[in-house]
Amino acid sequence: MFRRLSRWAIALPVAFALAGLSGCGSGADPGAAGTSSASASASAGGGAKEVTVFAAASLTGTFTELGKSFESAHPGTTVKFNFGSSATLAQQIVQGAPADVFAAASPATMKTVTDASLAASPTTFVRNRLQIAVPADNPAKVDELKDLTDSKVKVALCAEQVPCGAAAVKALDAAGLKVTPVTLEQDVKATLTKVELGEVDAALVYRTDVIASAGKVKGIEFPEAGKAINDYPIATLAKAPAGDLAKQFVDLVLSQQGKDVLTKAGFDGP
Amino acid sequence: MSPSPPNQPGRPEQVESPGSRRGSGRRSAGGREVAGRLPWMLVVPALAGLVFLVLPLAGLLIRAPWSTLPQRLAAPHVLEALRLSLVCASVATAVCLLLGVPLAWLLARVSFPGRRLVRALVTVPLVLPPVVGGVALLLVLGRRGLVGQWLEASFGITLPFTTAGVIMAEAFVAMPFLVISVEGALRGADQRFEEAAATLGASRWTVFCRVTLPMVMPGVVAGAVLCWARALGEFGATITFAGNFPGTTRTMPLAVYLALETEPEAAIVLSLVLLVVSVVILASLRDRWVSAS
Amino acid sequence: MGERAVSLHAHLVVVRPAFTLDLTLEVAPGEVVALLGPNGAGKTTALRALAGLTPLSGGQIVLRGRPLHTLPADSRPIGMVFQDYLLFPHLSALDNVAFGPRCQGVSKAESRRAAAALLERVGLAGRAAAKPRQLSGGQAQRVALARALAVRPELLLLDEPLAALDAHTRLEVRSQLRRHLADFDGATVLVTHDPLDAMVLADRLIVIENGAVVQQGAPAEVARRPRTDYVARLVGLNLYRGVAGGAGVKVGELLLHTYEELDGPVFVAFPPAAVALYRTRPDGSPRNVWQARVEGVERHGDNVRVHLDGPISAFADITPAALADLDLTPGEPVWASVKAVETHAYPA
Repeated sequence: MFRRLSRWAIALPVAFALAGLSGCGSGADPGAAGTSSASASASAGGGAKEVTVFAAASLTGTFTELGKSFESAHPGTTVKFNFGSSATLAQQIVQGAPADVFAAASPATMKTVTDASLAASPTTFVRNRLQIAVPADNPAKVDELKDLTDSKVKVALCAEQVPCGAAAVKALDAAGLKVTPVTLEQDVKATLTKVELGEVDAALVYRTDVIASAGKVKGIEFPEAGKAINDYPIATLAKAPAGDLAKQFVDLVLSQQGKDVLTKAGFDGP
Repeated sequence: MSPSPPNQPGRPEQVESPGSRRGSGRRSAGGREVAGRLPWMLVVPALAGLVFLVLPLAGLLIRAPWSTLPQRLAAPHVLEALRLSLVCASVATAVCLLLGVPLAWLLARVSFPGRRLVRALVTVPLVLPPVVGGVALLLVLGRRGLVGQWLEASFGITLPFTTAGVIMAEAFVAMPFLVISVEGALRGADQRFEEAAATLGASRWTVFCRVTLPMVMPGVVAGAVLCWARALGEFGATITFAGNFPGTTRTMPLAVYLALETEPEAAIVLSLVLLVVSVVILASLRDRWVSAS
Repeated sequence: MGERAVSLHAHLVVVRPAFTLDLTLEVAPGEVVALLGPNGAGKTTALRALAGLTPLSGGQIVLRGRPLHTLPADSRPIGMVFQDYLLFPHLSALDNVAFGPRCQGVSKAESRRAAAALLERVGLAGRAAAKPRQLSGGQAQRVALARALAVRPELLLLDEPLAALDAHTRLEVRSQLRRHLADFDGATVLVTHDPLDAMVLADRLIVIENGAVVQQGAPAEVARRPRTDYVARLVGLNLYRGVAGGAGVKVGELLLHTYEELDGPVFVAFPPAAVALYRTRPDGSPRNVWQARVEGVERHGDNVRVHLDGPISAFADITPAALADLDLTPGEPVWASVKAVETHAYPA
């Protein structure tokens, strides 16, 4: 009994610790595995009839729409998306994930990929600006950035390690304000969820996210947001299995049609 | 049994003995073979399983930035996250013991209508994605949650974004491990010892404290170890319910996740720290229990 | 007799789907009653019902004029020794014995003093600190007895107290147990399937089969005059039911001449050792002779027990030497005889 217990006592926790850690990594992009296998099968088929696009989570809505247009413009072609945190996507590309296009939410994450010589000459295709997101009923009566410094106002920010967090720090520094958040969320969607559930009174998120929430949160513009504009670079990857199709997808994003879709979602032009 | 040769049961035995001796000779040779050689159908998957489990660990060790390890380990935020992780996992385990052992007892010893349903419900956190568990906790205990609203209005208590919230999220996810383990131990325990205690005048409470609990202690310890390990590695429910703030709610797994965003090497260091500390604690715990018994 | 004469008066009814126990039990103070019966007869169920571990379907239990059946097990003034003792494995011998007094609210120090005294009484003062798994079977049995006695019970219940012991230890523990039971002034009910244990330990035997009493009386009486096949087998007698007339007892087709002369339905009993076997029909004095067939042969102590079929089935105990001389094999005919003076007849 005891001997058996002792074996379990060691084996299982180790297994759990590993499981827990691996969960951390994969939690960022549940679609990664599926995407890479799909694109691998396409290249095995010989014809480049599939484009695999790694894109920042904030592009989920707009890129899905553009992907559909691309597919109807190129019959027989499918566009596969892997949306996730830009930093995670960059890591996956560096580790050899078979992507054709990378659209990042920050130049820094794109730099990870260009530094590895996996992409050249990225183009900034949109910019995103921060807004103060508050619950629809705005319980803390927030209407400017300074209100977030009130200790009674619970604020959620993105962690500094992710683009929306870096932008928030820049904006607050520009305004000379010091905000003590209750939490530093791992991505912008999680931050937004905290506002939607009313767990926090305010958060700094992208304008596009506020628009995407369809009225569940209210967005408040603030002038200092102009100091923390986030550039979104896009690039085809050097080893793009889809070759030309990858460039054609990037062209679509940069076209007037692409601009219209992105502007409608709240992005600023480059 | 029958030492007397002339009696009949002995005779057929002797008639058949040449054949049976041949047979038994073959059997014993075969038996030796079976005992001597390990069945590959078990050994191969066993080794594959071991490699599968250990290889990722090897990956961490190989990719660890050994040269910068000391500086990285000395960073205050590492120790802060580690301390928070250990404290929260231990308190969560204590909470699980306090609530889970009685729950296991109820499931194992008291028959009531709907017991099977209750048993199934207890295991729900096992299958629930932890992030969903975190959202569920928010919906109940959050500022606008069913219970949370009342807690804040009546006592001024808010759980999200607090260390107590981390403990709660971890306990929610880890408790099933304890309950299942202890319930199994209780079912396996000989209930006649409890009857013996009753004949000696012990009330049910006394029986539980002085007979049942000591006898299922190995199961309780095993459950607590699982529970602690699960709590230590908890990520999804914690970050969803308790958020992520250094010093109050950023446990090691959360720190690992954030580090992965920018500095994969730092994430590896943090993972190794978590791994080493948990293995050391569990191993010493085991030694203590093995020698104590 | 007065009220003091009967300590325990119990009518136990336990109804189960395929089994009903219905048993009346009276035990005087200081008396040891043994419930004897085959497996599944209900003797352990009866004991558990007395202890409160199995609920009664009907009847009542009255101990010293107070109803017991309305109390839960932990409130009954009983002490119980279980078949495999059930000593708490995590407690020392001393703490096992002190467990009962502690539950009754006696202080820790006082309980331990009492426990130490009891361990000394059963000759285990030196093993007080030992854990149950460090005790031999005989020692564990004595600790179990001390633990049961520590609660100062008015009713002592013993479930197969010697069954878990090997033959050698059993002999020693049995005589010690007998002494301790003699010292105990409350009522004692013990359950056993071993007739020897019952004979040595009990003042009175109650034989149960299929949940009902089939025979009871002093051990010597039961041993001499079995009334069922089960009891006859237990005490090692060949037993037949027959009708006595002037010439003898008619058992089936066979007329047995017995020592006693009776009339009407009777039992006839004789020990297997009284049966003599011959290859050819014996001449001379034995008056009960019949031709039998050998069914089987088995070792029985130092002798050999021959199972006989024929007009009556019987056991015959013969020496191995005799077996060799006779060259008996199953299926063969053999002549059996038993002297009238070795038979015993009594009214059915």
